[in-house]
Amino acid sequence: MEVIMEALPAFGDAWALILQPVVLGYLVMGVLMGLCIGVFPGLGGIAGLSLLLPFMFGMDPILGLALMIGMVAVVPTSDTFASVLMGIPGSSASQATVLDGFPMAKNGMAARALSAAFASSLFGGLVGASFLTIFILIARPIVLEFRTPELLMITIFGLSMVGILAGRVAIKGIVAAGLGMLIGTIGEGASSGDLRMSSYDYPYLTDGLKLVIVGLGIFAIPEIISLLRQDRAISQEPQIGGGWIDGVRDWFANIWLSVRCSIIGVIVGVIPGLGGSVVDWIAYGHAVQTTKDKSNFGKGEVRGVIGPESSNNAKEGGGLVPTLLFGIPGSGSMAIFIGAIALLGSGQIEVGPAMLKNNLDITYAIVWLLALANVVGTVICIAASGGIAKLTTIRFVLLAPFLFMIISFAAFQSGQNLMDLVALFAIGFLGILMRRFDWSRPAFLIGFVLSTPAETYANQAVQIAQSQFRKSFGDGIDYIFSPIVIILLIITVISVVLGLRQAKHMMAEGDVQAGSKRAPLVFMLLVTAFIVYALLDASAIPSYSRDRTFPIFVSSVCLVGCAFLILQMMLKPENDTIFADREMDGEDASATHGLWSTLGWFAALLLLTSLLGFILALAIFLFSFMVIRARMSLIFAAGYTAAGIAFICGMAWMLNRDFPPGLLQEFFTLPWPFT
Amino acid sequence: MSTIKTTRRVAMGLVAAAAATFGLQANAESHGIDLAGKTVEWIIPFSETGGSAKWANFYAPLLSEALPGQPTVVVKFMPGAGSTKGANYFQEQTYEDGTLIFGSSGSTQFPYLLGDPRVKFEYSDWNVVLASGTGGVAYLPPELAAKMDGMNAAGLRDTDFIYGNQGATRLDLVPTLAWEMLGLNVESVMGIKGRGDGRLMFERGEANIDYQTSSSYLSGVTPLVEAGTAVPMMTWGSLNDAGDIVRDPTFPDIPTFKEVCEATEGCETSGEKWDAWKAFFIAGFPAQKMVFLPQGAPADAIATYTAAFEAVKARADFAEISGKRLGKYPQMTGKAAKTTMDSGTKVSPEAKAFIVNWLQEKYGVSLN
Repeated sequence: MEVIMEALPAFGDAWALILQPVVLGYLVMGVLMGLCIGVFPGLGGIAGLSLLLPFMFGMDPILGLALMIGMVAVVPTSDTFASVLMGIPGSSASQATVLDGFPMAKNGMAARALSAAFASSLFGGLVGASFLTIFILIARPIVLEFRTPELLMITIFGLSMVGILAGRVAIKGIVAAGLGMLIGTIGEGASSGDLRMSSYDYPYLTDGLKLVIVGLGIFAIPEIISLLRQDRAISQEPQIGGGWIDGVRDWFANIWLSVRCSIIGVIVGVIPGLGGSVVDWIAYGHAVQTTKDKSNFGKGEVRGVIGPESSNNAKEGGGLVPTLLFGIPGSGSMAIFIGAIALLGSGQIEVGPAMLKNNLDITYAIVWLLALANVVGTVICIAASGGIAKLTTIRFVLLAPFLFMIISFAAFQSGQNLMDLVALFAIGFLGILMRRFDWSRPAFLIGFVLSTPAETYANQAVQIAQSQFRKSFGDGIDYIFSPIVIILLIITVISVVLGLRQAKHMMAEGDVQAGSKRAPLVFMLLVTAFIVYALLDASAIPSYSRDRTFPIFVSSVCLVGCAFLILQMMLKPENDTIFADREMDGEDASATHGLWSTLGWFAALLLLTSLLGFILALAIFLFSFMVIRARMSLIFAAGYTAAGIAFICGMAWMLNRDFPPGLLQEFFTLPWPFT
Repeated sequence: MSTIKTTRRVAMGLVAAAAATFGLQANAESHGIDLAGKTVEWIIPFSETGGSAKWANFYAPLLSEALPGQPTVVVKFMPGAGSTKGANYFQEQTYEDGTLIFGSSGSTQFPYLLGDPRVKFEYSDWNVVLASGTGGVAYLPPELAAKMDGMNAAGLRDTDFIYGNQGATRLDLVPTLAWEMLGLNVESVMGIKGRGDGRLMFERGEANIDYQTSSSYLSGVTPLVEAGTAVPMMTWGSLNDAGDIVRDPTFPDIPTFKEVCEATEGCETSGEKWDAWKAFFIAGFPAQKMVFLPQGAPADAIATYTAAFEAVKARADFAEISGKRLGKYPQMTGKAAKTTMDSGTKVSPEAKAFIVNWLQEKYGVSLN
């Protein structure tokens, strides 16, 4: 109580700082810019903040903060558009929203899904801010209780969500998660820098694959290709009018779910080191577990939208705790935020342990600016959702090239290498096959995201524990089995048991018919071959290096699973669910266009880029796609191409980015944007 | 706060975000190059989130004001292979019109010095126009600091230390070698993403020895020292003009490693181990961050950039604004920068061989 009384004057100071017209004006500007950038999948807070950085030097601190916070706060709100309308995770914060939001859009309820998502986002943001108002005063000692074993346990808890999302054949889900983890280990190991499944002769892989590429590849490309093949609009049903009121009502009917998921979001956000990229999955898992009738999940259950969206905005608030109180960024955008704060004014704000003592008013101003930005952003998004939802009613063939353009551009930003596009294509192909044979893509992604923390924390916890045990047995036990670890362990066990029991009724990606044996078996064998390769590769790392342990462990577990699956495949009849294959029945089977010819378009873009550079390749791609595939007139195609090129150049110019060069640029020096 | 008058316009919407900065006219020299209407690209071979980004973002707007013609200066991030990728890229560039500069860091220097096979760049091909130094401070929990007898660290030898290490071949080799020379038993826990994570590990009580570079020490550890949960142990020191290690001007009250080493029996401030430590200390700290023009740059361009950085340093408010963001360290231009670069990018074959062998024996890291 005493702490809070001391903080009261700062409350007043903070409001006085915020409630100036000019500050609010900057906040709204930030929000608008954040919305414009966040709408595009793969671009988020990092891109937006880099855009603002040049203006931060010497700027009045509160104005600079308003601008930056307005931008950061709305990214998890606006990225919902891509997740719900296109089935493309707009950022790592809204991966789980895709699972139920996109089916809702397909059923003609895009506006309803969006407004439910925005209402949840707003609420999550506000819950986060109110929670922080008190919590920030007492957060430091609590956050310091989360040592490496606790962080490892939270990571394992995140991984346990695989149990719920594993699909009908649980072992397949576990192998999918393991596959994700193994792909996450590619590159230099964190411990002694030994290479895994890569070589310095091909430097691209040594830095590992980035989440942007894996996230877009595994979700976006399969959806785009699948929709393209059917040559129709995203929504098969006519739009249900006035949907946005229904969405808000849906949210209100599930307000307690929203409260709980918001709190999950704040807590996971507060803990430094996890970055919150699992928070939406944990919230999704929670939404599933607390819903009586689970049959609608994956087919457009609104609770599957409300859960993750409540948590991801709350997480941004929680993420301020490690950022401001410890000077440890919880995410990439927070890292830039810290750097930018140092540029503001005369550098008088220094994030870190002294923040609360010296700048409590600024701290509160940041927390509440975040809340205000959420309100402003949500209102704008809800107002826009009805109109933007109409995108789902236009022929998808007109949207697809534009989406290819955006995701290629976003993927290229992660490494500025043509290989980024190759990796996107390769992961996309894996995503297509996983979707086809009903391997859980969410499980894969959770595995990928948690691979690095799981490995690092496991190695570190073991090493520190050994040192504690050397001191005394009691110290070691105290270190490993703290009360927090025990509580998390119990929650994890319950969640796994419940999850596995429920998973059979849950089809996170819809029902899939089984067909012939051959194709699913071939894919199964390919996956097994990759896992064997990963195992052999890791075994070749010298035995004193810790970099071999994790991949060997994961691949061994996976191989047991693979063996079991292959055995089942040999014993079961071909109509068993284990042989699920989307090409056998349903949308994909009746699609107008084949898989390979559709994929070929994207491959052609890639090939042309490697020859001519991105912009020239894009121009050819957009024009010919419009003429040949979409059967539009030459004039329309030319206009479409010009608009697309102008748009992407404007975007790149604003963000100060280049495009992938090709072979042509090796020989000729061309002016931007053709470089 | 500052003497310059800066106005900013932030144009919104999808269209553009534009700023116009009017300020001190740089002392534009008639023989220099004019960059009016151009855009200077400053390549930083790290991600947007690191210390080099902070450093470049601090200098970029000041440089823009000080260069003749006030070009826009944009920082371009090119991360990969621990900065080797960006440096290799810069090696392939040749001077065109002075609109390309490169910022390197200690993490770029170390693989170069250690003969990492991925290094395809050569510092002596480039033209240094600025060298920024920094320092580092090691610190301990209070109960362990109490075991030190003045500057004698021998009392710490029976303690099992845990240190959060970013990587055996990174800047962290300077502190780990120093502690080893003092006879301390320090176990490195690898896989730390940045020094901030190391400090957090210290605060959580998992690590019981740590170091931070000066600016991070000021913002992150000084409050802990005031709260009584950390005690400074030693700084790495600073170099004087004669090339000797003296007390760090930012921390005049904290002894240097050299002093602690002299006071601790069994630690030698001469011999190959000391020489190797000193060589890598110089590469990692006093010559930590440098700005280069690409190979083939004419004297005019070098003079223009040198004058611009000198103009930045000559600002009345420079001490104030840089002290907060970079620490009180020399920002060297001209000959001083060249000397610093030489000392930071050349180590004797003996020192190199010693470190390569030490890394192999201690961490099993092979650099071939």
